[in-house]
Amino acid sequence: MLVKITLSCDWVATTRTALLSMTNFASCESVASTIGPIQLDSIQLDSIQLDSIRPRVQRSFLLRCLLAFAGLAAFAAHAQESPYIVTYDHYLEEPGSLEVEYFSTFGTQRHSNDFHAFWAEFEYGATAWWTTELYFDGQTTFNDSTIFTGFRWENRFRLLQLEHFINPVLYIEYEQTSGADKILKEVEGHDVESDYAVPNSIARKEHDHELESKLLLSKTFKGWNVAENTIATKNLTGGNPWEFGYAIGASRPLALKALPNQCNFCPENFVAGVEMYGGLGDRYSFGLHETSHYLAAVAAWNLPSDWTLRLSPGFGLNDNSHRFLLRWGVSREFSGFGSAVGRLLGGRKQ
Amino acid sequence: MTWGPIKPAFVLVISMTLVCVLVSPLVLAIPVSAETKTGASSKKDSSVYAVLTKAPKKAVARRNPMEKDPDAKAAGAKLFGMHCAECHGEMAEGQGKAPSLLADEVQQSTPGTLFWILTNGVVRRGMPVWSKLPEPQRWQIVTYLKSLGPLEKALQ
Repeated sequence: MLVKITLSCDWVATTRTALLSMTNFASCESVASTIGPIQLDSIQLDSIQLDSIRPRVQRSFLLRCLLAFAGLAAFAAHAQESPYIVTYDHYLEEPGSLEVEYFSTFGTQRHSNDFHAFWAEFEYGATAWWTTELYFDGQTTFNDSTIFTGFRWENRFRLLQLEHFINPVLYIEYEQTSGADKILKEVEGHDVESDYAVPNSIARKEHDHELESKLLLSKTFKGWNVAENTIATKNLTGGNPWEFGYAIGASRPLALKALPNQCNFCPENFVAGVEMYGGLGDRYSFGLHETSHYLAAVAAWNLPSDWTLRLSPGFGLNDNSHRFLLRWGVSREFSGFGSAVGRLLGGRKQ
Repeated sequence: MTWGPIKPAFVLVISMTLVCVLVSPLVLAIPVSAETKTGASSKKDSSVYAVLTKAPKKAVARRNPMEKDPDAKAAGAKLFGMHCAECHGEMAEGQGKAPSLLADEVQQSTPGTLFWILTNGVVRRGMPVWSKLPEPQRWQIVTYLKSLGPLEKALQ
C-alpha cells in the first residue's frame, strides 16, 4: 500500500511539472484546481494495482490521457461566435482550436407530441482553410421516448484566401441518422411538420445515409454580417432525388467599438440578428410547394470567461411548419488543442 | 436501439472520421525548422513578414481612425489578449509559427497594412481572417500594436 501511495505522489508531481511546462500562462490556482481530480484518479488507478510491475509505457500512456483532459482547462480561448443556429457564415474555427458545443431544440408538434431534440458538436480547426466537425444527435419526444438518432461529420473549406466582396465556403457533410432525427439543423426538400409526428418506435427503424453539400456565401460590412446558404442533399439510401433548401441570416454586435475594461455585459459581447430557413423541393418538384419555412430571432452572448450562450426563438411561416421552435446552445472554445495533442503524442515542442 | 448490419460505407466514414480527428492535430504538429521555433528566430526569417508587402497601396495608405481615441490602446490590448495572444504570445513576442509583432518589419508597417493583414489573415500560414471583428475593434488592435514599438523598446 505504501508503494502505491508513493506512486500517486510521483504521478501528481509529474503531472504538476508537465502542466506547468505545457502552459506558461496557466495560473497557479488553475493548475492547483486541475491537480485535484488527477490525484483522485491516480489513487483509483493505484487501487487496481498500478504498481511497479505494470510496464512504464502503459503508465506513460495513461498519464498522457489524463493530461489531455486536464490540459483542456488551460487552453480556453475567448470566443467571438456568430449567433446563428442554422445559417453558417464564412468564418472557420481557428487552426488548432477545438470548440465543444451543445444545442437544444424544443419544438411544438400538431397532432402528436412536442419534442426536445439535442446535439453535441465537436468542431476542430484543422487549418485556417479547413474546419471539421462531428455531431451526435438525440431527441426526446414527450410521452414517447428518448433516443440517440445518429451522427454527422461535417467539413467546411474556405475557397479563397483573401476577403472579397462575397466570401464562399464549401460545406460537405455525411450524416447517418434515423428517421426519428428532429434536430432540424437544416430544412430541405419537402420536409414538413407531419413527418415528425411518427412515433419513435417506428421512425427509428428508418436509416438515412445522406450526403449534404452547401455553398456558404457571407459578407461582413460595417459590423453587419449577411450570410446565405444554398443546400443540396442526396439521400444515399434508395433512389431519392437531390433535395434543396436555403438559409439566410443577418446579424450585428450591439457595439462595434470595444470598451477598454473586461466586462461580462459589454455591449460588444452581444450579437443579435435574424435568420430564415426552409426547403425548396427536390429535383423533380423544385419550388415552395409542400415545403416548410421558419423565421427566427438569434442572439449570442460571448462571455469573457470563454463561454458563448445562444438563444433563438423561431416561428413556422406556413401550415407545413412547426408553429414554434425554441433553440438554445452553449459552447466553449479550447485554443491550442491541436498542438497540445501533438505534444502529448511526441510531436513538436514549443 | 436497432441498427441494421454494419455497411461498408458506414465503416469507411467512421474510419475517415477517426483518421481526420487523429491526424489533423499531428499535421499541425509537424516539426518545423529550427528558425521558426521561437519568436525571436521568426523575426530573423524575413519570409514570414513578406506578406506585409502584399497589401494593396490603397490599404497601405489607410489612416487609423482610432489613432486619437484615448481608449483605443487599452481596448486594443484587451482584444489582443483575447484573440491574438494565444498564438503571438502575451507580449506579442511571437511563438511557434506565429511571428513576433515587435519585429521592425511589423512596427515600421503602416497602420493600414496591419489592418489589411488582420482583415484578410494569412490563411496559407495558418492565420485566420479576423474580419469577424468589427472594423473599429480591428483598428483598436492596430493602435495597440503600434504602441508596442520595436523589440528593443519593449525590452527596455
